[in-house]
Amino acid sequence: MNMTKIFRTLFIVVLACLTGVTAGHAAGGKAKKLEHQHWHFAGPFGTYDQESLQRGFQVYETVCSSCHGLELLSFRNLGQKGGPFYLASCPAGIPEGIDCSNPNDNPVVKAIAENYKFQITDGPDDYGDMFQRAALPSDSFPGPFANDAIARLANNNALPPDLSLIAKARHGGADYIYSLLTGYVDPPSTVEVSPGQYYNPYFPGDMSQALKPEYIDEEGHAREGVEVPLGGVLAMAPPLQDGIIEYADGSPQTVEQYSKDVSEFLMWAAEPKMEARKSLGVMSLIYLVILAALLYWSNRKIWSNVKK
Amino acid sequence: MSHASTYKPGNGFEKWLDDRLPLVRLAHDSFVDFPTPKNLNYWYTFGGILTVCLVVQIITGVVLAMHYTPHTDMAFASVEHIMRDVNYGWLMRYVHANGASMFFIAVYIHMFRGIYYGSYKAPREILWMLGVVIYLLMMATAFMGYVLPWGQMSYWGATVITNLFSAIPLIGDDIRTLLWGGFSVDNPTLNRFFSLHYLLPFAIFGVVVLHVWALHVPGNNNPAGVEVKDVKKDTVPFHPYYTVKDSFAIVVFLILFAAFVFFNPNALGHADNYIEANPLSTPASIVPEWYYLPFYAILRAVTFDIGPISSKLGGVIAMFGSILILFVLPWLDTSKVRSMRYRPVARMWFFLFVISCIALGYLGGKPAEGTYVIFSQLFTAYYFAFFLIILPLLGIMETSKPLPRSIAESVLKNKSPDAPPGVQPAPAE
Repeated sequence: MNMTKIFRTLFIVVLACLTGVTAGHAAGGKAKKLEHQHWHFAGPFGTYDQESLQRGFQVYETVCSSCHGLELLSFRNLGQKGGPFYLASCPAGIPEGIDCSNPNDNPVVKAIAENYKFQITDGPDDYGDMFQRAALPSDSFPGPFANDAIARLANNNALPPDLSLIAKARHGGADYIYSLLTGYVDPPSTVEVSPGQYYNPYFPGDMSQALKPEYIDEEGHAREGVEVPLGGVLAMAPPLQDGIIEYADGSPQTVEQYSKDVSEFLMWAAEPKMEARKSLGVMSLIYLVILAALLYWSNRKIWSNVKK
Repeated sequence: MSHASTYKPGNGFEKWLDDRLPLVRLAHDSFVDFPTPKNLNYWYTFGGILTVCLVVQIITGVVLAMHYTPHTDMAFASVEHIMRDVNYGWLMRYVHANGASMFFIAVYIHMFRGIYYGSYKAPREILWMLGVVIYLLMMATAFMGYVLPWGQMSYWGATVITNLFSAIPLIGDDIRTLLWGGFSVDNPTLNRFFSLHYLLPFAIFGVVVLHVWALHVPGNNNPAGVEVKDVKKDTVPFHPYYTVKDSFAIVVFLILFAAFVFFNPNALGHADNYIEANPLSTPASIVPEWYYLPFYAILRAVTFDIGPISSKLGGVIAMFGSILILFVLPWLDTSKVRSMRYRPVARMWFFLFVISCIALGYLGGKPAEGTYVIFSQLFTAYYFAFFLIILPLLGIMETSKPLPRSIAESVLKNKSPDAPPGVQPAPAE
């Protein structure tokens, strides 16, 4: 009896059993496919669009910052290389001897910090008291709420997340932020959304929990033929409307443009060293490829005298 | 392989040193004039690549530890401080984080190569077992390193994995308490993980020295799987032949490494780990790093009780068993032929084993429900069957192809297929 043949047959049987992992699989709680945008920072040579970053910061400061902090960033970051208000050289009217490429001396950054909508709680002073003062470029961004409990109290028991890393902390990154901000729609007729909650097809959630009673069977599942809407509900009301922020540079004042700019800004906030990273990456790859070529030819030369 | 030393001290100082501590002689005999089979292919360059990975991880890790704060209130922010304010901190951290993944890519290729060419067979059993020890230490080190940034996946991953130990009968709860340093994953856990994460790489380094020693006693295995017969005909000195070949492979590997670090540094991570750890909020799905996924799938494949063994304990036994079984692999494989190049049937089962490992990796990243569980069970069954049934039986039953008489002949035979067939190994039956 030929064992090899038996093993070959067995092999084919096992292989047949094991193939087919790709069987379709449907699970509840899906969100809508994200709106894919063309981002200035995409690709190996992508950089941030500084004007978009500036407008995005304006959107953050005017709207988002009322509820969301940016605690991992300092004002000085705005003036760092690659940042929204970086200045390679000083604008007219700045006295000689000041280096505006230094974020702490950047006049725009200094003005933003000084006039920011929230002040810094500093102290204790010589009497042991805390006091309020205007921010300096070296201060981190003051948040809207003193602590999480107060934030919840002001927001229907929801805690608005800090936005410093949000573009890296959500699947889809900037596309997700853009889709969420532009994606608010009225909830489908099959679901009941409680007051203080807002439906968004891009928000990861489970709408089967919100189906109206007439669409649910005895076991709490959706009745046959009833489609569970994509997405979920969140406590954030649609934050943007056309025209609520005035752009000085004539860019369209639409929800889409606001969303695009603030998404770009938040991507920068999460990854401020991206431009330095990519440019070092290009140099490193060029170096490594040349080195690999040299080693390849050296290797061939060295082995050429070995009988093969 | 052990060979007479050919080192000649070049000057007075070297002579003086050689009489007292023959360090240069050791290096010369191990890495310059070491006779190495001349037929090693590029799958054999991963040992060198892994050495580079270990050194890169230690250097970047030491720098990161200078700026990191192992405290539950400050760890997350200190990592962001590294990313934003430390000069080239982003580079150090992305190299370290992606370096872990590169390390595992290389070690998996290295291990599959060892299995394919039968590199664990006599007289290289200890060499192979030391490799398994290194792999276990790597798993522990990487797991504890992933906890340090104190993101959501750090915290919940640590919770899931440490809870596994409570499945051990009688002493399980005490072990878990010891790992935690308390009664949940908290600051003491973070501190001991940081301490051990700094310690273990040096333990790995020590075992690597033993691994290289155990390699240099019998010498390299090779794709033909036949021992060196004639050092002149079968081998070349390690330097320059393999120093340059390995260097080329290392640089190609670094290109892949750099592509991840510079252009997609978060591709192998999980978005949830950019959210600070929150013991009150469980993520929608807790997924380990990709290099643990096959074992995570095996852990979750055991969904049934076996007699007194609960499904949880059964899963833990299966998971640890899937790694520990590698220790006895040299004795499970009964074939006298090392290289699967000459074992056409075993080769098919081997490729199916590779496919199973990849499939288990895919399934480990999916929710443990429905068909995913069934396929996990199927592939887990195959994983164990490969070691426990197929390899022992194949060695007795299969007919292998004729082996070349020597390495030199195998090299020449690749050129001319009409070369006379070599010796047929005596069947073991």
